[in-house]
Amino acid sequence: MHFLERGLKLNHMQDEPSGVRRRDLLSLIGAMAGSAAMYHAMTSLGFASESRYQGPIKLEGDPKGASVLILGAGLAGMTAALELRNAGYKVQLLEYNARAGGRNWTLRGGDSFTELGGFTQKCEFEDVLYINPGPWRIPYHHRALLDYCKRLNVALESFIQLNHNAYLHATRAFGGAPQRIRAVKADFQGQIAELLAKSTKQGRLDEAITKEDQEILLQALRSWGALDRNYNYKANLFSAETRGYATAPGGGLAAMPVPSEPVALSDILKSRVWRYLQNFANYNFQTTMFQPVGGMDMIGKAFAREVGDLIRYNAKVTGIAQNDRGVTVSFVDTANAGETQTATADWCVCTIPLSILSQLPLQVGTTMKSAIDAVPYAGAVKIGLQFKRRFWEEDDAIYGGISYTDLPIRQIAYPNSAFNRTGRGVLLGAYLFDGANAYEFTAMPPQERVARAVQFGAAIHPQYKAEFENGVAVAWHRVPFTLGCSGDWSEEGRTQHYRNLCQIDGRIVLAGEHASALPAWQEGAILSALDAITRLHQRVVKT
Amino acid sequence: MLAAALMLIPAASLAQDGQRVFSSGYRFVEMSGEELFNNVCRGCHMGDGAGASGAGSYPSLAHNQNLQSSAYPIALIVRGQRAMPPFGDMMNDDQVAAVVNYVRTHFGNDYRDAVTAKDVKDARR
Repeated sequence: MHFLERGLKLNHMQDEPSGVRRRDLLSLIGAMAGSAAMYHAMTSLGFASESRYQGPIKLEGDPKGASVLILGAGLAGMTAALELRNAGYKVQLLEYNARAGGRNWTLRGGDSFTELGGFTQKCEFEDVLYINPGPWRIPYHHRALLDYCKRLNVALESFIQLNHNAYLHATRAFGGAPQRIRAVKADFQGQIAELLAKSTKQGRLDEAITKEDQEILLQALRSWGALDRNYNYKANLFSAETRGYATAPGGGLAAMPVPSEPVALSDILKSRVWRYLQNFANYNFQTTMFQPVGGMDMIGKAFAREVGDLIRYNAKVTGIAQNDRGVTVSFVDTANAGETQTATADWCVCTIPLSILSQLPLQVGTTMKSAIDAVPYAGAVKIGLQFKRRFWEEDDAIYGGISYTDLPIRQIAYPNSAFNRTGRGVLLGAYLFDGANAYEFTAMPPQERVARAVQFGAAIHPQYKAEFENGVAVAWHRVPFTLGCSGDWSEEGRTQHYRNLCQIDGRIVLAGEHASALPAWQEGAILSALDAITRLHQRVVKT
Repeated sequence: MLAAALMLIPAASLAQDGQRVFSSGYRFVEMSGEELFNNVCRGCHMGDGAGASGAGSYPSLAHNQNLQSSAYPIALIVRGQRAMPPFGDMMNDDQVAAVVNYVRTHFGNDYRDAVTAKDVKDARR
């Protein structure tokens, strides 16, 4: 969700024996289904999804007192509520939870959370420490979300995706010792540059590029790979400037630095840790990324300050009916279980996740219904761990960012704020998106998830054993208000059903990340809502 | 086929820790019906198979007459349906058969006509 980890999914795909490469898949889709399908496939695979945001929405024309019932007070629902009320509509929102925000959610000390199956966790983090179980980072090109943060006064700070001093870890490589990202990147790049330089000098590229360009290429490879004058990548003070030193430069008598010894290319290749380097290059994870100061739910709370008066909480929708005059939604009050109640309006913007909507009695046409039924929901697990001290900073000099591992926890993400302080800290001790481990962790009781995250994480940070205090674990298939992390469209499903999902059906239009080409991103939820209400408004002012 | 699939899995991923097996990649390494149920299905259908209910529901598998026809759970596991994710790419034919047989003979279900890997293979077509 967050969240979306297309990059990780690709890592999982590399494990698949089928061996279908992404570009092969894309050209296949392009050949079979035409360029529109190709575009959808590209966007959902993480290419080319530049934000379509055109600045604040302008809904011109008089809605003449028309009313809209919005289902779900997440970012999509609250975006729709905010803008439709500004445009003159009568708006009401029904929300299943006792709070606004939906998957835009932060767990802090004192919060409690009951997952499906009845397991309740009380978060015991200290004071201002938190984890974001859902979305946790915002790419710079998510311009709609950034604009709402600006308009609603949500303060942002940097989210560090790439920290050169964080670790890459492979269980069966380097004797199990985690490697600094900086060193792996330098050694991988340096030795590839060396190979290419040798091939060039041996004339093996003569047919590919001109002699003149070969001279320039050799200069570039020396620079790019930190090669010496003989085009070798070795332990020296030049390579140390990228991979780091055995003994760093100092002051006074013993100031001179000592270079460090590169790791052999063969070891890097076999370790497979190179796949994480490409992850950092993913369009969705490139710098600059942001997070709200104090927790992701600052965004949901900011929206709720605007539209909170329109929200009816604890409302579990049980059915959605429509005729040519309007929409009638039945719901029960989960806080005061009683008779089914109804809410009516001229129009309905429904942001209920498809995992839930597909189970509700819903009066829409067969094409939209088929689309709603066609989208399974991804599994994802996040585990927050509190430690007595920020040992990752004090001992390991890791300030923010993410370490990656092939252990079942997959990632350890360090806090991107309150750097260099004494006292407790919370890190993200596991982030699983899709794949077998996400299901395996979901199937455990919450306390076992936390215990396993500590056990696995200790292979990377042995300090875990002495410093761990408490933790919380959110498995999204167990989250009562979503039954999953995000819409997990297959390419076939998107080709066949996506447009049908997004069409206005009578008086109902759907919105949410599932109705976007940015699945699991908050930007997708907002862009989807803006598109839905634009089309709805056009219809209203025309009639 | 099973042996070939196993050979692709690095040995360490099969190492057990206490009662639990962890997979190393996208596919599950659990092989028995009981282990697959406990490490995968239990996430949503719960340990007693009774399912759960929030804004939507996970159906109970207990005393579930929909399991009478073995083709139904096979199709659901391979292809998914609504909130149920498809597992056809994450489990091989033997694994799907094992977990179908487990669910159809537990939680108050007593359907003794076991399915085979070939049934699953045929259902994938």
